[in-house]
Amino acid sequence: MKMPQFDYACPSSLEEAIQLLSDNEGAKVLSGGQSLLPLLAFRMAQPTLLVDIQKLAGMDRIEISADGLRVGARVRWCQIEDDKRLATAHPLFQFMINHVAHYQIRNRGTVGGSLAHADPSAEMPGVARVCDCDIVAVGNAGERVIKAADFFVAALETSLQEDEIITEVRFPPWPSGRRWAFHEFARRRGDFAIAGVAVFFDIGSDGVIADAHVGVIGAGDTPIRLDAVEQLLNGQRLDEELIGRARHLASETVDPQSDIHAAGDYRKSLVGTLTARGLRDAASSGAVK
Amino acid sequence: MKMRIEFELNGKPVSAEVEPRLTLGDCIRHELLQTGTHIGCEHGVCGACTVIVEGDAVRSCLTLAVQAAGKRVQTVEGLANGDNLAPLQQSFQKHHGLQCGFCTPGFLMTAHALLTHEPAADEERIREVLSGNVCRCTGYLSIVKAVMDARPAYQANKAVQS
Repeated sequence: MKMPQFDYACPSSLEEAIQLLSDNEGAKVLSGGQSLLPLLAFRMAQPTLLVDIQKLAGMDRIEISADGLRVGARVRWCQIEDDKRLATAHPLFQFMINHVAHYQIRNRGTVGGSLAHADPSAEMPGVARVCDCDIVAVGNAGERVIKAADFFVAALETSLQEDEIITEVRFPPWPSGRRWAFHEFARRRGDFAIAGVAVFFDIGSDGVIADAHVGVIGAGDTPIRLDAVEQLLNGQRLDEELIGRARHLASETVDPQSDIHAAGDYRKSLVGTLTARGLRDAASSGAVK
Repeated sequence: MKMRIEFELNGKPVSAEVEPRLTLGDCIRHELLQTGTHIGCEHGVCGACTVIVEGDAVRSCLTLAVQAAGKRVQTVEGLANGDNLAPLQQSFQKHHGLQCGFCTPGFLMTAHALLTHEPAADEERIREVLSGNVCRCTGYLSIVKAVMDARPAYQANKAVQS
């Protein structure tokens, strides 16, 4: 349906944008609008004022250094898809983002918008969580660096304050040779995942797994990490027996709800299947994937 | 509170007085009376309303008119040269890439943006990009063929420009 009424402002500085958010109760940030505008069309949100951040400088770049990645909040999905540096600087990030929505939405949707929207099935919150990203937000109280683990509170709910704007997300460095994989299952290309699993780990000189990360989207209120599965994997050699145990444990660890897209039990089983596929892929692909 | 916005539509400057909640699609149809752009689902899943903003295909139901202020916007009306259909449109005609025609402006603008940026896009890429548009008549095969067959025109165009 048509959207509810709201006012609109398009400030040219971050300070002005924060002031507008502070001064107007019920104001919301508008970036690409690819999550917010559908919510408005369904009248699930009723903001009084939209503060469009399209004119804010310096939030639309991907910077790569020895400290990791810094991705501006206004970076669009299509920029991540097109950035050839990411194939080595952070292949998992690029691969996961390539699963986001469709061509037209990828031309407008942004990193910060997806984080703030906090859909538990979405890839950006998932990759931020599994990679231990820092999310940087600025408000009246100044800059705050929020761990992804503390950022996602519930479905569509974050720990952002009313006057805070996400400015960038920081990824820890990605060592070359790291093994990784991402699998998601959706009924149609570009749809939200029924569930998705991202895995990555390093293989030490002794041939055993170190620093295993297993992240799941679509199987909880927020994107989650499977600590138990990570502990099972660390220090072990990856073989079919271990993959089988990881698969079982992954299924048992998650407690997804049923909804119109899939039953909870189906999602539990799917998380196990995707975990096993991811581990096999990561093991065989090695550094070159 | 209505706001006055100005932008460029198919190469011509236009202006409108709009409420902030008005989508770009509704602005183009109801304020600027260019009805080639079709509005389908109004929440970003069908692709019928696709227009091109600053060279990028976007959903005009998920873009506010006020967000387009100062920008270059192209709609299906901007494709043909008078009565001469653009090569992409001719290809849709030749391959029966449409039946009822409701989704067609969205498919045309999506494919036009794609082939302008990537004139050598292969079938897999074309199918992936078109996956954001819904057609209930054709079964898609004829649309994919039409887009593939339009590529030489864009490749020639690119060669002329570079």
